[in-house]
Amino acid sequence: MPFIPHTEQEVKEMLAVIGATSVDQLFDEIPASLRVKDLPPVPPQLTEMELSRLMRARAAKDVSALNFMGAGAYEHHIPAAVWDITSRGEFMTAYTPYQAEASQGTLQLLYEYQTMIASLMSLDVSNASMYDGGSSLAEAILMAARTHRKNKTHRILMPATVHPLYRDVVKTIVSQQDIEIVEVPFDLNTGKITIDALEKISKENITALVIPQPNFFGMLEDVDTLTDWAHAHQALVIGLVNPLAMALLKPPGQWGKNGADIACGEGQPLGVPLASGGPYYGFLCCKQEYVRQLPGRIVGRTVDQQGKQGFVLTLQAREQHIRRAKATSNICTNQGLLVTASTIHMSLLGPKGLRKVALACHQNGCALKEKLNTVQGVRCVFPGYFFHEILVEFKKPVETILTELAQHHIQAGFSVKKYYPELGNALLICVTETKTPNDLDQFVSQLERACLN
Amino acid sequence: MSELIFELSQKDRCARAQIPFIANEKTDLPSELLRKDIPLLPETSELQVVRHFTRLSRRNFSIDTQFYPLGSCTMKYNPRGVHRVAMLDGFLNRHPLALETQSQGYLECAYELQEILKAVTGMKGVSLTPMAGAQGEFAGVAMIRAYHRARNDIARTEILVPDAAHGTNPATAAQCGFKVREIPTDAEGNVDIDALRAAVGPQTAGIMLTNPSTLGVFEQKIQEIAKIIHEAGALLYYDGANLNAILGKVRPGDMGFDVMHINLHKTFATPHGGGGPGGGPVAVSERLVPFLPMPIVTKTAEGYRWLTQDDCPQTIGRLSTFMGNAGIILRAYAYARLLGKEGMHRVAEYATLNANYLLARLKKAGFTLAYPTRRASHEFIITLKNEAKELQITALDVAKRLLDYDFHAPTMYFPLLVPECLLIEPTETESKHILDAFADVLIRILHEAKTHPELLKNAPHNLPVRRLDEVKAARELDLVYRPQTQCTIENISS
Repeated sequence: MPFIPHTEQEVKEMLAVIGATSVDQLFDEIPASLRVKDLPPVPPQLTEMELSRLMRARAAKDVSALNFMGAGAYEHHIPAAVWDITSRGEFMTAYTPYQAEASQGTLQLLYEYQTMIASLMSLDVSNASMYDGGSSLAEAILMAARTHRKNKTHRILMPATVHPLYRDVVKTIVSQQDIEIVEVPFDLNTGKITIDALEKISKENITALVIPQPNFFGMLEDVDTLTDWAHAHQALVIGLVNPLAMALLKPPGQWGKNGADIACGEGQPLGVPLASGGPYYGFLCCKQEYVRQLPGRIVGRTVDQQGKQGFVLTLQAREQHIRRAKATSNICTNQGLLVTASTIHMSLLGPKGLRKVALACHQNGCALKEKLNTVQGVRCVFPGYFFHEILVEFKKPVETILTELAQHHIQAGFSVKKYYPELGNALLICVTETKTPNDLDQFVSQLERACLN
Repeated sequence: MSELIFELSQKDRCARAQIPFIANEKTDLPSELLRKDIPLLPETSELQVVRHFTRLSRRNFSIDTQFYPLGSCTMKYNPRGVHRVAMLDGFLNRHPLALETQSQGYLECAYELQEILKAVTGMKGVSLTPMAGAQGEFAGVAMIRAYHRARNDIARTEILVPDAAHGTNPATAAQCGFKVREIPTDAEGNVDIDALRAAVGPQTAGIMLTNPSTLGVFEQKIQEIAKIIHEAGALLYYDGANLNAILGKVRPGDMGFDVMHINLHKTFATPHGGGGPGGGPVAVSERLVPFLPMPIVTKTAEGYRWLTQDDCPQTIGRLSTFMGNAGIILRAYAYARLLGKEGMHRVAEYATLNANYLLARLKKAGFTLAYPTRRASHEFIITLKNEAKELQITALDVAKRLLDYDFHAPTMYFPLLVPECLLIEPTETESKHILDAFADVLIRILHEAKTHPELLKNAPHNLPVRRLDEVKAARELDLVYRPQTQCTIENISS
């Protein structure tokens, strides 16, 4: 029997101790009318060998391609050591560290993670993770609403340059409460948010402004100006950032005169494979003064009875298992193992390595943009500074371009048509440090061909 | 004492094999957009990193190394074969937004898992997207809310929750904008039916129940409860945390539940990773199908494809950026295929056998059961209230002493209504041998409590640290490491 160690003899002995005649008798408190008579149509069991064969065939149907798709999930080199160590049973098969003395490995690692990510954001504190980028933005907004006590009702300014799928997640999670999400349109010429656009919005009860950096189109927002504008209007600033980019770009804690108040985003670029979109993890950092409104697990350093350093889950009075209906969030299980991978990833690269990866992405992006500018039928939509994604517009339908390049095993990018019809046949292209000059040439020449056909 | 990774750091050291070569560090970006200080990441060699984190891993208890009878958490064996197939290149490299035509392998697995989960829950629709149990609960309660609103039944402002419920239940109801009303438990561990009748009314949107309950007993009057709730126009939510107890034996859909979540990291054996990732798919009865969170996989003549908001206008929406914890979904699917039709009901049977065996042994040894007249499900509760009174020994002391004997402690002080309790869940993958060893150790600890109580009060003795000062941790918050000498701002491109 798969994964069940009992021998027939042992079952007999166990039943004798219990005083039951059969295993079935142990279910005698369940009304007979409710018992499943025949098992529903679940397929018959496979051996590990059969399963491996089946899954290899399935994995082969997920076509591998030269990938230029980003849009929130990014292909990076992940050092071999990252998942070798992360996959150790001691990390992978432990539960949430409720028994601190028996979980010092996970707890110390989380403390190290909190230090690294908070420093990368240039903020004071971090929690131990949220589910993913989208849900971390939703939780950041709920947190801002709890923090901003002066406002009775809450309006959150949400730029249209925030990832459309993130905005969908926020809508689902936040709409259950009394919080209004106000969309801020972007400048069609620059692909960025302007102060003019903000000034046109009613100033009443603005609880927070979300600032994406880089934004969904890959463009760099004027974070200093936007931050100072929000603070001048008594609003909190939520920085939604790519954590890898923060090794190169000005981090949220340093935006404007006083810095963003909360930073959140998707941790995937730091050591997590694409893997169909998850498991990834969300990060959430803030200024010290808001620490009691942070949702989720937080690890603190303390001492044991003999004064020796140790680590525990702390500020648990914020959490659902203590505070129940009054908790800061209902989150319980988070994404600990992904944080494990990220912590090892950040340790291997270090501050300078991480900056070099970010720089390599940006330099590759610049090189690609230069090449794209020479292709007939392709227009880079927005001028200005960007990180590693470029929005391009085609004369031909973008679906045709995608299908044609797919035939040549190139994943050309993400069509934004559904979310931004005003931008026409636009495709969001991403290039990371994984691409060589050869890859770029191959991509551009296939694009050229597809545009001509 | 384990050094922090930051204490191994030395300026200008790095794992060079990992870092891309770039010809120059020049950038076109203007200075006001650039970072000028160095973030506090360690500067270490590859070996230092590997050794540091390998050593940290050895300071953890885990299923792979210890018996882990943590009640309500279902710490069963996480098959290696399952992990291996989920790490195949085709799955790892698939971009979440890749074209459907390029993603048929993943979509087929997800679709088939949806079908398997429908079958074992007795429900009509499944969405795999919630990323943990609590997010599944959120989806479920949001669907209950959407259902009532769609019928223009907007006066329903309350969710009922038994006092024994997991903390996530009331927290979720509150996060969905509902008032929470607690229902007491009777002496036998069932929901107090009279109190339930008194609480139900036109303001009731639904009830959240776990069955078997967190007290480790089957709610025998579940059909009566379903009738009371449905007659009031409200819906029943099933917290799937304890699904392991009934897998393949009883189905929540048959009990009358309208919506539930399934903890893949419990019942479907995906690793818990020291705090996640989990997986919390939701399953619903016919009337809630239109409200399921997106995306969902559907099967057409041309192959598998995503259903989105455009196909399902009444959906509560999207809960994750992409499609939830896709890798966990793959693992759960692979595990379900290894169990197969024949294996599903064995999960519940052997989990129940193990729990009842351990209970019988501890009862014979003189431990006090919280519900002595009831049959245990897959878990059970012992209470140390007598020992606390007579010997001044707490459940915490016993839990910490268990660690010394290389067993993870059971869940302590939950459910909140049982004093000095330990909630014990052995799971089906443990052998009689280990259950006997665990019972022997608990008996020995009870003896120690009488003869050498200080062994318990000062436990653990054999772990990397002694009992930790949680009060200090909360009062003198130290959540990030701050080096003695602050990093000075310098030109980091040098």
